[in-house]
Amino acid sequence: MNIVQTQAAILIIMVPLMSSYAIPVIGWRWKGSAYFIALMAIGASLVCALILLSMVLTQGTIHYHLGGWFPPWGIEYVIDPLNGFMGVVVCLISFLVTISSKKSVEKELPEKKVRFYTIYLLLFTGLMGIVVTGDVFNLYVFLEIAALTAYTLIAIGKGEAPLASFKYIIMGTIGACFYLLGVGYLYIVTGSLNIADLAQLLPPLYNSKVVLTAMAFFVIGLSIKIGLFPLHIWLPDAYTYAPSPVSSFMAPLMTKVGCYVLIRIMFTVFKPYFSIELIPMTTILSWVAAAAMIVGSIFAIVQSDLKRMLAYSIVAQIGYIVLGIGLANRTGLTGSLLHILNETFTKGCLFSVAGAITYKLGTSDIYQFSNLFKRMPLTMAAFLMGAFSMVGVPPTCGFFSKLFLILGSIEARQWVFVAVILASTLLNVIYFFRVIEIAYFKPRQLATEKEKEILKVVYANGGSYEKIVNKADSQGMNEAPLSMVIPILVMAAGILIAGIFSFDIIARVIQFAIPSGI
Amino acid sequence: MLDYLVSKYNYWIYIFLMMLGFYAMMGKRNLMKKLIGMSIFQTAIFLFFISIGVKKGGTLPIMMEGAARAADYVNPLPHVLMLTAIVVMVSTTGVALAVLLLIYRRYKTLEENEILRSTR
Amino acid sequence: MIVQYENVIIKTISRILIPFIQIYALYVIMHGHYSPGGGFQGGVILGASFILLVMAFGAEASQKRISLKKLTVLASLGLLIYSGIGLVALLWGGNYLDYGNLPLPLATVPEIRAMGILGIEIGVGIGVMAIMISIFLAITSFETGGENA
Repeated sequence: MNIVQTQAAILIIMVPLMSSYAIPVIGWRWKGSAYFIALMAIGASLVCALILLSMVLTQGTIHYHLGGWFPPWGIEYVIDPLNGFMGVVVCLISFLVTISSKKSVEKELPEKKVRFYTIYLLLFTGLMGIVVTGDVFNLYVFLEIAALTAYTLIAIGKGEAPLASFKYIIMGTIGACFYLLGVGYLYIVTGSLNIADLAQLLPPLYNSKVVLTAMAFFVIGLSIKIGLFPLHIWLPDAYTYAPSPVSSFMAPLMTKVGCYVLIRIMFTVFKPYFSIELIPMTTILSWVAAAAMIVGSIFAIVQSDLKRMLAYSIVAQIGYIVLGIGLANRTGLTGSLLHILNETFTKGCLFSVAGAITYKLGTSDIYQFSNLFKRMPLTMAAFLMGAFSMVGVPPTCGFFSKLFLILGSIEARQWVFVAVILASTLLNVIYFFRVIEIAYFKPRQLATEKEKEILKVVYANGGSYEKIVNKADSQGMNEAPLSMVIPILVMAAGILIAGIFSFDIIARVIQFAIPSGI
Repeated sequence: MLDYLVSKYNYWIYIFLMMLGFYAMMGKRNLMKKLIGMSIFQTAIFLFFISIGVKKGGTLPIMMEGAARAADYVNPLPHVLMLTAIVVMVSTTGVALAVLLLIYRRYKTLEENEILRSTR
Repeated sequence: MIVQYENVIIKTISRILIPFIQIYALYVIMHGHYSPGGGFQGGVILGASFILLVMAFGAEASQKRISLKKLTVLASLGLLIYSGIGLVALLWGGNYLDYGNLPLPLATVPEIRAMGILGIEIGVGIGVMAIMISIFLAITSFETGGENA
């Protein structure tokens, strides 16, 4: 047990990485084992993440020297409360989404199971590597691992998926190359690549143009990766046409890990007073985020495909998180981190619901959903919980994160942002409740020839009459398979629990996770 | 002004190449030309990184006989970083070529306006 | 499908050169810590020698030497050698990839470190070779529907 505790920071990456190398070898002979190996690897990472978070909260920051070399000469992995929090969130959602992926993979990608799970585990490794590392160039390598595997997984979908993946390749590579240029500029002036070392070496150089250029490259590159408003063009296509297990895995996680990197660069590598006062970077980001919130919600209203609507909803929610970063006071950042927690659970739940509906119905067009709550009651109940969290109905977690964001805006005396948050909430209500209205309340529509069925109702006294019903309605409950419903319900319950215990979570974890100096 | 241009000629070359690749990615209509532009873009970044490690009078970073003085060799760290970045570039080009093959198989063309016309 | 190139010169020259290219690739892998080279570069040259074989003699004739299924397993084995050496270093005390703790019967710690790096470069070389050849074979057999490995 002791070896797991001391080496947990590397086991959290090494176990999925070695399992992803082992899957082609073992899966050559036993094809069904790929799913179980992937599930066990992600489960082991979840255990390591929980151990790391508990160790960080009791003992302080953990430093792990890779290869035994000391920090400025070697790569080190640093776990502080922000890392630990992100690690637990990413591992938990990955585990739940992976459980629900088995049936979708068997239906949509029948003979590609082994190779699918190999690349899936590599994507998980890349995301975990971004979270635990403490070295800017190592972060670039893991960022590219996650991005490359994401391009591959999106391209195997149906319809326009290869074109959407190509658009994502071009834009994602530009973003990563800008990040690499930022790393290069910082290396020229300081000679170091370690985050803690850079934080010490940079303050005397804050007036030089090289550091300003590096900051600009970092922010633009990461904005492309997280899909902040003007640079979000790749996001809707990529998340719509990807296969269902892939979009349920990528949508909650990839952009939020990018937001974590933005917090790291802006507040740990560069000290907070640089990003807030010396250059008005946080002011610019907060205004761009306000635009993102409104524009994302407006685009989501006009969509008729469930996954595309949820993808535009991601654009709007990224606006919330970046607004919290841009406000740059403790309340704003608390709201931002709590919103990251809320977003991962809620989007994981909503995209898994979309996957379950696609599995059963074959389509994700909203206007085909009428009377869906009779056929898939549990799934639609989870959708209801997710929709309430997006809108911000207490006691779900979404209410508390929006509360903190509004309190942060009031504390920073920016009344425009309060109005923007409220307006965006109203727009969220419009498009989520439209789906709920169609699924729960829409009256039975006129059946077409092949859907109707003549139902003969016989009375007790011998008389009878015939009724024309919609065949799908008369079949009763036709719920998605159990391996998909249980993770969806666990995630919905997680939203509720995270909301009820949100003040506990803030007091114990998030309060220490906010970078010091704000 | 001329002194400024001549002494920092490596930065001017890398900026020129990077903008060339960037223009190819944005302005060209053929998907394959966008991919070649991406390759030029990334190669410009490699040149930039390696050029920042050069020292006056320095030689290849391979240890010669006798004691080693750091001033004799060029900085090897950017070379190592760029090895990793070259592997990343090769992998990205491989994935992009495979995706282009899928696009060609489906749409029978690689011109952007014809593809968009067939999807509208 | 790569059709066999009906040219005696190319077939003869490849038949002579390919073993020498492979020996040069092994030299580049082994001397990675001492001169320009290393695992990735040697692996690419090794993969290029097999690609020359496929281009000169056609995919049909080379099928019995290289098949796409075995290449996937070979790539995984190469990368598992890399991670496995790191794992052994972890189990014998020390951190991941800390070669000083490997259980090799050599005299001094720097020698053990040199052997550790060599083992890793060999693993990377095997993996990169397999991946380069499999990229080439997968792309060229795309028109005929590809092979399911």
